[in-house]
Order: sequence, then C-alpha cells, then structure tokens
Amino acid sequence: MTTRFIEIMVGLFVVLGFLALFMLAMKVSNLSRISSKEGYEVSAYFENIGGLKVRSPVTVSGVRVGQITEIVYDSNRYEAKVVMRIQAAHDYFPIDTTASIYTAGLLGEQYVALEPGAEEDVLTTGGTIEFTQSALVLEEIIGKIVVKLTSE
Amino acid sequence: MIAATLQNIGTWALGLFENLGRASIFFGKIIAAIPHTLTRPRLIIKEIYSIGVLSLTIIVVSGLFVGMVLGLQGYITLVDFGAEESLGVVVAMTLVRELGPVVTALLFAGRAGSALAAEIGLMKATEQLSSMEMMAVDPVKRIITPRFIGGFISVPLLTAIFTAVGILGGRLVGVGLLGIDEGSYWSQMQANVDLIDDVANGMIKGVVFAIACVWIALYKGYDAMPTAEGISLATTHTVVNSALAVLGLDFILTALMFGNV
Repeated sequence: MTTRFIEIMVGLFVVLGFLALFMLAMKVSNLSRISSKEGYEVSAYFENIGGLKVRSPVTVSGVRVGQITEIVYDSNRYEAKVVMRIQAAHDYFPIDTTASIYTAGLLGEQYVALEPGAEEDVLTTGGTIEFTQSALVLEEIIGKIVVKLTSE
Repeated sequence: MIAATLQNIGTWALGLFENLGRASIFFGKIIAAIPHTLTRPRLIIKEIYSIGVLSLTIIVVSGLFVGMVLGLQGYITLVDFGAEESLGVVVAMTLVRELGPVVTALLFAGRAGSALAAEIGLMKATEQLSSMEMMAVDPVKRIITPRFIGGFISVPLLTAIFTAVGILGGRLVGVGLLGIDEGSYWSQMQANVDLIDDVANGMIKGVVFAIACVWIALYKGYDAMPTAEGISLATTHTVVNSALAVLGLDFILTALMFGNV
C-alpha cells in the first residue's frame, strides 16, 4: 500500500463527500429556488390566509410564476398582508387581477392562484391586488351548512 | 448491608466522575495538540484513509438500503391517503434531519471507533506508547490527534454521502419500482427541504457526533487496561458509550434545532 495510493483514495473520498454535499444543496434543498432576486413584488390583503406559508407557490392557470415572500398581519386594515414575488417574465397582470388561496389536493399545500382581469394598466413593483378571495376554512363552511339546515 | 450498598454506590459515582475528569483532560490535551498536528498533514491523510475511505463501503451499502426501505414503507403509508407524491419529502426529511447523521455515527462507531480503541489499546499493552515517550515523542501528538482530526473530517463527509445515497435509494424504489412521477419526487423535496434549517443542521449533527464518537474511542483505547481483557473491554465500551452518546445528543440537538418549528 503506497503512500501515493492512499493519497489518491483520500482525495477521491473528499471529492465524493463534497459531491454529496453539493447534491444535497442543489438537488434536494431549495437553494435553486432562493435565487429569485429578480422579478417584482406585489402585495394582497386577505381576510384569512388559512395554511399559506412563506415560499408557497403563486400560480396562474396552474403554472408557477412566483412565490410568497412575506406574510404579516396589517393592524390598520385588520387583514393579513401577503407579499409575493413574481418572475420578471410575467409582467402582464392587469391591475384588476384576482388573487385566491386554494389547496392543492385534499391534504396538499396551499397556494395563491392569480386570475388576470381586463384592465389596460399592469401591476408593477409595490402594486396591490385589490380583489382577493380568502382561504376556505372547513369549520366555517360546516357552520354555514348547519345554520342553513336548522333555519329551514 | 445498607452500609455496603452505600459504599458501592459511592465507589461507582467516584469512578464515574474520575473517568469523566480524565476524559475531559484528555480532550483538552487533544485540542492543545491540534496546531502541532496540522503541520504534519501526511499523518492526517493516512488516518482519513483508514477511518473514512475504508468505512465507505458499509456507509454506501447501508445508505442505499435505508433509503430503499424508507421509500417502500413511506409509499405503503402514503398511498392510503393518495399522497404518494410526497414520498420525496418523507425520504429526504427523514434522512437529512435524523437517519443520515445518526446511522452514520452508529456505523462509524462500530466500524472505525472499535478499531481505533483496539489499535491504541494494543499499542498501550505492548508498551509502544511508553517507548514513544522514552524517545521524547508525545504519543498524543503523534498517535491520538491525527486520528481525532481524521475522524473529525471523515464523519461529516460520510454523513453527506450516506444521506445522498439514501435519497437516491428512495428514488430507486419510489420512481423505479412503484412508479411515482420522478418530477414530483424531486420538486416536492425541493419545495420542503430548507438548505439552512434542514441540510445545514443535519451536517452540524454530523460534526457533533464525529467529535463524540472519536473522542470516546480514543479515550477508551488510551485508558484501557494493558491486558487482553482490558482491550476487549475498551472496544465494547467504545461501541456502547458511542451509541448512547449519539442517541442522547441527537435528542438534545433535535430539541434545539427543530423544537420551535
């Protein structure tokens, strides 16, 4: 067992280790998605955001165009303020676009779906989406059904 | 009768503290010798070979099988809820956060830790360590610290390899055998695994376990009774104590890292 052989094997081992780390960083974790510094931010106010989280997707017709960057409670409007970053390529959303919170599948994660409106002007950085639809909360729906059933 | 029992407890407690104290002083000696050892990288490379490279086979093979089992078991559970698309998240989270660091450290303690303890114990039994001291060579600097640094470098790399191979093993079963969509396997994983919160914390666990396992193995070997029985005891204690230390530390680290999520 020569010293040279040992050194080559150790070199290979270290390279293999760093390749594995690189794979964990690039392929397994969300590093490749963090680099969304380009694009523009718009905000929307929701009465109830349900289970929406930071980094949840923003979609149009099911196509991912951006992600949620910040969720705070606005004490002036008594509503949740959701800031989303939309990719620069998708700069064509009219100012009367509707934002709704939907759930992917029965147990899936929640996401914001945009529905373009009809105005000429488009949303830009710092813009606000005026038309929003809150997340559906199961208890509220059940409550409404119960009220309807008992009132008859 | 009562007096004898109390005496036994006292002896046991004193022995425990004596051991802890000696182990801590030994750790201090290792740390103090690190700057000197870093000037002799040849010694460290040789130890990385015997500690890290030779452990590669068991790490890769067990990583593959652990990942495959996770893929299969995860699928069986998730398919009842129609959520089998989330298999990637299940496999990746389990491996990155817990199984990767813990199983790697346990395998390392069994494969390399016991060998370290036996090697150093035998050196002590055959008076190689004393003869080094006679020649004014500090055995801590020449024998112990290179092994410590070698383990410190090897275990986190082995952890990364184990985790990566495990995720590929999960893909092999999930996508290859059970027919989950490859795109959702990776994209769900990327959407939910965080670089800092999950991957970096997993690697920190690997580093902590590395220090614990190598320290225990080296101390047990260095402190072994210089007899055949002493060496056998030292290797047994190395594996048992390393396993307990890893599992205990894992709970503490998990509580610190993920407890407030």
